[in-house]
Amino acid sequence: MNYVFQFNVVWDHFPELLAGAWLTIRLSASAMALGLCLAVLCAYGKSAGPKLVRRLVAGYIELIRNTPFLVQIFIFYFSLPVIGLRLTANTAALLAMTVNLGAYASEIVRAGIEAIPQGQVEAARALGLKKLQIFRRIIIFPAVQTVYPALASQFILLMLSSSVVSTISAVELTAITNSLQSTTFRSFEFYFVATGLYLAMALGFRAGLSSIYWVVFQRGRAASR
Amino acid sequence: MGRSFGSGEFLYLLKAIPWTLLLSLGALVGGGIVGLVIAILRTAPSAPLRWLATGYIELFQGTPVLMQLFVTYYGIAVLFDIQVGAWPAVLTAFTLYSGAFLGEIWRGSIEAIPRAQWEAAACLSLSFPKQLWLVILPQAARISIPPTVGFAVQLIKTTSIAAIIGFVELTRAGQLMTNTTFKPMIVYPVVAALYFILCWPLSLLAQRLEKRIDASLGVKQHFSGV
Repeated sequence: MNYVFQFNVVWDHFPELLAGAWLTIRLSASAMALGLCLAVLCAYGKSAGPKLVRRLVAGYIELIRNTPFLVQIFIFYFSLPVIGLRLTANTAALLAMTVNLGAYASEIVRAGIEAIPQGQVEAARALGLKKLQIFRRIIIFPAVQTVYPALASQFILLMLSSSVVSTISAVELTAITNSLQSTTFRSFEFYFVATGLYLAMALGFRAGLSSIYWVVFQRGRAASR
Repeated sequence: MGRSFGSGEFLYLLKAIPWTLLLSLGALVGGGIVGLVIAILRTAPSAPLRWLATGYIELFQGTPVLMQLFVTYYGIAVLFDIQVGAWPAVLTAFTLYSGAFLGEIWRGSIEAIPRAQWEAAACLSLSFPKQLWLVILPQAARISIPPTVGFAVQLIKTTSIAAIIGFVELTRAGQLMTNTTFKPMIVYPVVAALYFILCWPLSLLAQRLEKRIDASLGVKQHFSGV
C-alpha cells in the first residue's frame, strides 16, 4: 500500500460537510414528525376505518414496503412533473421520506395497537366513548409507548437512507461529499469522514429520541403519581 | 423526442432482473457466513469478542449503505492498489452490510433459546462449540427463518443503491431507459412494479412462516379492532 492519506483537504472543507449534515438532520427530523402523523392516521384507518379505507391503506403499505426507496424518490422527482406536479429536490426528498416512513411506521404502530388489552377498549366502549375518542384517549398513547423502541430504530434507518436523496440533487451530506471528492480527488478520505459524520448523527438521533421518550412518557407519569 | 417505451425497452428492464437477484443472492450467502460468525461472537463467553461483534454491527447499522458502498469502492482501490470493477466492490459492500443485519437477527434467535438448553448441554460435558452446533443452532435456525426471509426482501430493495455507482441492475436499467425514452412516468412505475413482483411473495411468505412458528411456540395471536 503506497497511498498517502491526506485528511487535511477534508478538514479545509469541513464546514461545507457540516452544512450538508445540517440539511440531512432537518430533512430527517421533518420526515420523522410528518411520517409519524401519517403512520398514526393510517393505523387508525386500518384498524377502525370502513372497508374501502382499510383496503387502500393496506395497499399503500404493501406498495411502499415492497419497492426500493430509490425508485420511490425517482417517481416523486422525475415522474410527477410529467403530470404537472413539479417539486423542488428538497420537497420531493421530504415527501418521499415521509411517504416511505409512514408505511413502515404504521405497521409498527399497528402492532402497538394490537398489544392493547381488549378489555380496555371494551371498558371505554361501555362508558359510551366514540370510536375516535377511544382511539385518541385510550389507545394511541400507550400503543406508541409500547413500540417506541421499534419506531426509534425505524427513524434512524430513515435518516441513514436519506443519503440516497443525493441522487436527485438535494444537497445533503452525501451530495456535498460527492461534489467535494470529485473536485479534490480525495474520494476515500471524504467518504470516510462523511461515514463518521453519519455514525455520529445516528448516535445523536438515538440520544435525542430517548430523551423525547423520557419527556413524553416518563416525566408525565412521574408527575401524575 | 426519444424512443417510445415498447416491448424492447420492457425486455431490457426484464433482462436486468437477474442481476438484481444475483446480487441479492450473493450478498445473502456471503452475508450469511459473516452473519453467523457475528452472531456467534455476540453470544460468545469472552467479552472482547462480544465487543468486537457489537462494534461491527453498530458500524454497519449506524451508517448509510450508500456510504459503505463508496468507502468499499474507493477503499479497495486505495488499500490494495487495484482498480476493481463495480461488481466485486458492490458484492463486498452488500456482503458486509447484510452480515451485520443477519448477525443481529440470528443473535436474537440464539438468545431466544432458553438458558436451560445451554446448561443441559454443558451438563453433558459438551464443549462450547459443540453446545452451539449440536444443541442451540438447530433450534435457533427454526426461529430465525421468518426474519431472514424478511431481510431478503430488504436486501433486494437495498441492492437498488448499486445503481448509484453505475452497476446495471433493475434500477439502473430503469434510469437508462428513462434517458433514452424520456418517459419517467411510465418507466419508474414499471420498475417499481417489477420490484413489487419480486418482493411481495417473499413478504407474504415471511408473514405466513412467522404465524406458523408463533403458533407452534404457543404465542397468542392478537386480533383487535377498535
